[in-house]
Amino acid sequence: MRPAFSVLFLTTLIGAGQGLFLALFMCELLAPASVSSNFLAGGSAIILVLCSLGLIASFFHLGHPERAWRSAMMWRTSWLSREVIALPAFIAVDFAYGLAHWTGFGHTLLIGTVGVVMAVVLFICTAMIYAAIKVLKEWSHPLTLVNFTLLGITSGMTLAAAYAGFFAPDLTVPLSQAAFVLTVLALLMRGASLWRNARLTPASTLQSAIGIRHPRIVQKAQGAMGGSYNTREYFHGKSIKFVRGVIVVMILGVFVLPLVLVLTLPLLAFVLQYIGLLAERWYFFAEAKHPQNLYYQGNS
Amino acid sequence: MPDASTEMRTTTCYMCACRCGIRVHLRNGEVRYIEGNPDHPLNKGVICAKGGSGIMKQYSPARLTKPLRRKPGSERGANEFEEISWEETFDILEKRLSHLRATDPKKFALFTGRDQMQALTGLFARQFGTPNYAAHGGFCSVNMAAGMIYTIGGSFWEFGGPDLERAKVFYMIGTAEDHHSNPLKSALGDFKRNGGRFVAINPVRSGYAAIADEWIPIKPGTDGALILAIIREIIALGLYDRDFLARYTNSGQLVNQDEASNEFGMMLRNPEGDVVNPLRPHNFYWWDRLTNQPVPDHTKGADPTLYGSFSMPDGTPVKPAFQLLKERVADCTPEWAAEITGIDAATIKRIAHEMGITARDQKIELPIPWTDWWGEEHETVTGNPVAFHAMRGLAAHSNGFQTIRSLAILMSLLGTIDRPGGFRHKAPYPRAIPPNARPPKGPEGVQPNTPLGGAPLGWPETPDDLFVDAEGQPVRIDKAFSWEHPLSAHGLMHNVITNAWRGDPYPIDTLLLFMANMAWNSSMNTSQVRDMLVDKNADGGYKIPFIVVCDAFQSETTAFADLILPDTTYLERHDCMSMLDRPISEFDGPVDAVRIPVVSPKGECKPFQEVIIELAGRLKLPAFTTAEGARKFKGYPDFVINYETAPGSGIGFLAGWRGKEGDKAMRGEPNPNQWEMYEKNGCFFQYHLPPSSQYMRNWNKEYMEWAQQAGLRRDNDPIVIHIYSELLQGFRLAAEGKRAGKQPPDELRERISTHFDPLPFWSPQLEDADTDLKKFPLNALTQRPMAMYHSWDSQNAWLRQIHTYNHMYVNSRTAEEAGIADGGWMWAESKWGKVRCMCRYSEAVEPGTVWTWNAIGKASGAWNLTKDANESQQGFLLNHLISEELSPRANGKRHSNSDPITGQAAWYDVRVRIYPAEAGEPEQSYPQFPPMKPVPGMKQRKMGWQAWFAGRKETK
Amino acid sequence: MTQLALVIDLNVCVGCHACVTNCKQWNTSGAAGALTDFNPYEAEPNGTFFNRVQTFEVGTFPNTETVHFPKSCLHCEDPPCVPVCPTGASYKRKSDGIVLVDYDKCIGCKYCSWACPYGVREFDEQRRVMTKCTLCVDRIYDEKLPEAERKPSCVLACPPGARLFGDVHDPESVVSIAIRERAGYALMPEHATQPANHYLPRRKTGFTIRDDELYRADNPHKIDGAPFDRDLPPTNEELN
Repeated sequence: MRPAFSVLFLTTLIGAGQGLFLALFMCELLAPASVSSNFLAGGSAIILVLCSLGLIASFFHLGHPERAWRSAMMWRTSWLSREVIALPAFIAVDFAYGLAHWTGFGHTLLIGTVGVVMAVVLFICTAMIYAAIKVLKEWSHPLTLVNFTLLGITSGMTLAAAYAGFFAPDLTVPLSQAAFVLTVLALLMRGASLWRNARLTPASTLQSAIGIRHPRIVQKAQGAMGGSYNTREYFHGKSIKFVRGVIVVMILGVFVLPLVLVLTLPLLAFVLQYIGLLAERWYFFAEAKHPQNLYYQGNS
Repeated sequence: MPDASTEMRTTTCYMCACRCGIRVHLRNGEVRYIEGNPDHPLNKGVICAKGGSGIMKQYSPARLTKPLRRKPGSERGANEFEEISWEETFDILEKRLSHLRATDPKKFALFTGRDQMQALTGLFARQFGTPNYAAHGGFCSVNMAAGMIYTIGGSFWEFGGPDLERAKVFYMIGTAEDHHSNPLKSALGDFKRNGGRFVAINPVRSGYAAIADEWIPIKPGTDGALILAIIREIIALGLYDRDFLARYTNSGQLVNQDEASNEFGMMLRNPEGDVVNPLRPHNFYWWDRLTNQPVPDHTKGADPTLYGSFSMPDGTPVKPAFQLLKERVADCTPEWAAEITGIDAATIKRIAHEMGITARDQKIELPIPWTDWWGEEHETVTGNPVAFHAMRGLAAHSNGFQTIRSLAILMSLLGTIDRPGGFRHKAPYPRAIPPNARPPKGPEGVQPNTPLGGAPLGWPETPDDLFVDAEGQPVRIDKAFSWEHPLSAHGLMHNVITNAWRGDPYPIDTLLLFMANMAWNSSMNTSQVRDMLVDKNADGGYKIPFIVVCDAFQSETTAFADLILPDTTYLERHDCMSMLDRPISEFDGPVDAVRIPVVSPKGECKPFQEVIIELAGRLKLPAFTTAEGARKFKGYPDFVINYETAPGSGIGFLAGWRGKEGDKAMRGEPNPNQWEMYEKNGCFFQYHLPPSSQYMRNWNKEYMEWAQQAGLRRDNDPIVIHIYSELLQGFRLAAEGKRAGKQPPDELRERISTHFDPLPFWSPQLEDADTDLKKFPLNALTQRPMAMYHSWDSQNAWLRQIHTYNHMYVNSRTAEEAGIADGGWMWAESKWGKVRCMCRYSEAVEPGTVWTWNAIGKASGAWNLTKDANESQQGFLLNHLISEELSPRANGKRHSNSDPITGQAAWYDVRVRIYPAEAGEPEQSYPQFPPMKPVPGMKQRKMGWQAWFAGRKETK
Repeated sequence: MTQLALVIDLNVCVGCHACVTNCKQWNTSGAAGALTDFNPYEAEPNGTFFNRVQTFEVGTFPNTETVHFPKSCLHCEDPPCVPVCPTGASYKRKSDGIVLVDYDKCIGCKYCSWACPYGVREFDEQRRVMTKCTLCVDRIYDEKLPEAERKPSCVLACPPGARLFGDVHDPESVVSIAIRERAGYALMPEHATQPANHYLPRRKTGFTIRDDELYRADNPHKIDGAPFDRDLPPTNEELN
């Protein structure tokens, strides 16, 4: 698949936002003494910014953003539709949570609990958009759900550690440690998915694609020589070298460097981890081999 | 669009030469949808990719819309033009042409890329008095026309075809996708659905061969050897249709075998026999096997002996023609052919058996009584369900004529000529062998201010019909009907520019090209031809002083014009698919068709026919002028209605709705409402012959009489198949000095004697003898893709997405051995030139052949594509590898690279070698030419995106 | 319940692209149009088509098959593209099973095309909506047309008659009979999409020659004599 940049930003930004929310709420729940309302309100504002940026980015993915409201219609069947509902809902709850802290309105644990549920729901919705596409074996697996969630939480936790470094120094160490643990966990899970995907046998073959049983079938024409939607949308078109570079950036950025830095320089760790996550998401798309590509192998 | 005004009009497609009936739907005057006309006999509602893209041709930005003159002071080829009016255009042409007509009419040459308009253009040339006229047949498939017409009096092409409705097995040899393409596709679909067996014999498996039940790869140009081996096998096993051969072919006719005689090899003539037609006597002998003596052919109760050697009462040794064929093929064993063709002997035998057994054991008998020419009544029409089809694959070789004669003979051996399940004629064929039109017999046929003393194109019957001067030298600029190419029935358009440039046989003044891309894909040796077009004499004048190009689109060729005449598209014009030319007849009777404008001409576009009528009127050509000296015809539609081949002949361009009331068919007085009547009938006229006249038409008395009455034939004598060609032998005798009359120049005697063999033979292509085959081991071919017609369609926004550029297809193993990567850049080089192109591995081409799609490659900027369009940057033209002439002979002169009998351009003979392009070479096809720019009057091309929605009055 | 579909006969498809451009011309000025072309006269021309013909080579020389393969929306009975659509723009009609896109509802998120394994949806980059084969829904019900012409444009155009159109749920329809009797198959059955469109495979007509068929009692050699001295199998007479 061709990585869609709007989607890369959307999923990484809101993932970090959701993760941050979970981290903040955990702080409020487990160490209420170490966090101030302002700290939590500020954190909510960061989440608001991240999620709003994500939302804005998502509009760039649409052919007709002015009709975006329509996308909430099919929540009964479409995970995308559910995400479209879940994201604003989460943003709203986050806003309420921050507002409640900022204004001293109270009921923050209740609102926060709703927020946690919304964050989890949003993780599920976002991940299921991909995991529900059965034809993409790389995506259609529980690991997709695990990784979207875990990577979101991890980046949010790293961000929380960095944030705490400025405004809640007491929490820096435990948050950093949590981020460290989560990063290790994420490494294991993302590694598992990479390992799995590298060993996948495609469900479809050229033989099943055109219904002819012969070991040697070679495409000679696709019916269009100047390219088509099918050649643009489903192929990343980058060299193997480039893809390898992306994998290196992913491994260093998401995992290795944050593990080295998070305990000492959590902000840098977050920045690097975020960049790494963009690479991770890029590769998430790029490694997915769409069965339609079988019909677009050669031309003349 | 609910408020849109819509209408539907019928006309005839012209996105290729197939000529399907179409229904054009208009919305607010714009073309919304072009569909096949379900009521049309030719396509019955279907339409192809090109036909379905007519909209993009109609509104193409490559269209020329104004008459243009080369800018004063600019060089020819620089593509700099200025607008002029039609009045000025006609003044220029009238002045120039009337001077030429009054002084030396042959200095005016008219060559048309598109044929099917030859009834008019040929008439114009003849009336003008110039012999220098032809259409593109010489570089298309004249071998197919000539090879078969000189054998069976008809041909594939528009003149006949395989009866797939009743055939059981079908053999398609070589590429034959273009002519009659939609009907053939439909017939193939039905044939296969009905369980017919389709065998494709072709170096390449593409096109129709893709759906063949069996693909037999063959080396290019070796088809003749294959067919002769099949003939041998058929004879060896007695699988020929003896009854058919005995009665309907000249197999039993006795041939003079007295080597000392000047009549050697000629049919013995029976002075007491029935001459039948004094213009073409039919007084032959058979050796009656029942009485064991010579008898007049077709003597009632006699049966000719096919084999043996006899002595006439006067002692003349004779043999039946079939004996000579048998002797000819005796050494053409399957093993011999296997070596040449690359097809193993067992396969050759197997397909021979398949043909023979099917023909013999699956006979069709239709309860249709008919009477043959000799008066014998037959209760049934029988047929042997073995069908063939071939076109350019066989034709475009220098040995094509004899190969195609072999095929026609094989088809005759199997008894399949104009019989159900075999080959069926289409009106106006069958015609006499050869048809009656003859070129003038010498330079005296060309006189100032006088129509030409003969047809510009025709069918020589004897050497005396050749169009040569006292020295035996050609009179035509293309050397057609000369000793170099005696039977060049379609001319040699491919040599016109080279000959005119060299002044051999003479220089000309004005060259008018209609719809022919002679500076690109219609010329072999393209780069040098382009140089010839701009080459100058010592005095600074161009070697070809004045070039006029008429075309609807800006092509590579319009850049070389001094005057450009903007033609209309097919949707803007009147046209005739005339019985006088190439109608769209069906097996069961004549059909002709018209085009009627469905939209008004763009800009100042004028149909070429109107240009011709206007010029003919201005030049006061007799057929276009009244006795009082006034213009006879108001325009082309008026001409079509009122022109008659001879005063009162009742035969005109259109066969339908003749007579004042429109109640006569084929023949009748002009009908002022003829166009309207055609339009009312969907723009075609169909005549169904009675079943008793639908078959065996070479010898069918009822049909012959009707055909003569209808003006399809001059005579009504039988057309006996020439298994043995006495006509060819006549030319050989002349070459051997055994025949009085016209004599070939000495240097050509051997060539003529070799090739004018009365019996079919196979010899390697001429270029092979001329080429180091170790250095250039591969054959290189082009084929036309079904979604593109020559160079016409690269300006078509939809079709160019399907074929945007072309690769060289190379057998994977061959390419690997040459070190060329799949998709990599490579060179293909012949002894004449080289091209850089992209390679595509293929398993569907035999290892000794490389091939590409024809005419996808374009010159940069041509056809109003941007200069970086893929067509010019990745696409390439194979023509750069092919020469229009063979290597110089000892005397320094060069023969056309053509069949020595017909002048058919030998496109498919070229030999090449291939090697990878080196690292660092530009990834761009070679050769490249300076980009062309649009000329005045052309629409701005749409950049970025375009979306056609008819009726909005603007393209978004 | 009706399920309209195309059945494509690979046994007779010659790869002429008639279905491709005739689809384009009908639809560009029809309810589903206009179908945009990009760089129509420049490098890399491309555009929106609902139907394409592809070519595959099967096997190695000389046992090669050249297969022309037309491909358009298969109107799956269980179309993966429909449930994923967030707006309901992508839908399958209950009445006739045609899978359609409502351009007015489509937000151009391309999600439907990701879910389709066949690559038969084309995003129109200019109109920024997803487009696809409609089975010419704007002509197959048009009562102004004669009944024989109420078929998709591609079907009417196809010269060898390689495209059949009808209701695959009606066991007596031409398409059902073709599928049943000529081994019609679906593409990528592993995705359980149940494509309504089917393909008919190549079929080969062979020819068997038995030795005793070469010579028949009425062989003309009995009249003419044997033509060559060698390579002659015995005549039936001699065999008896």
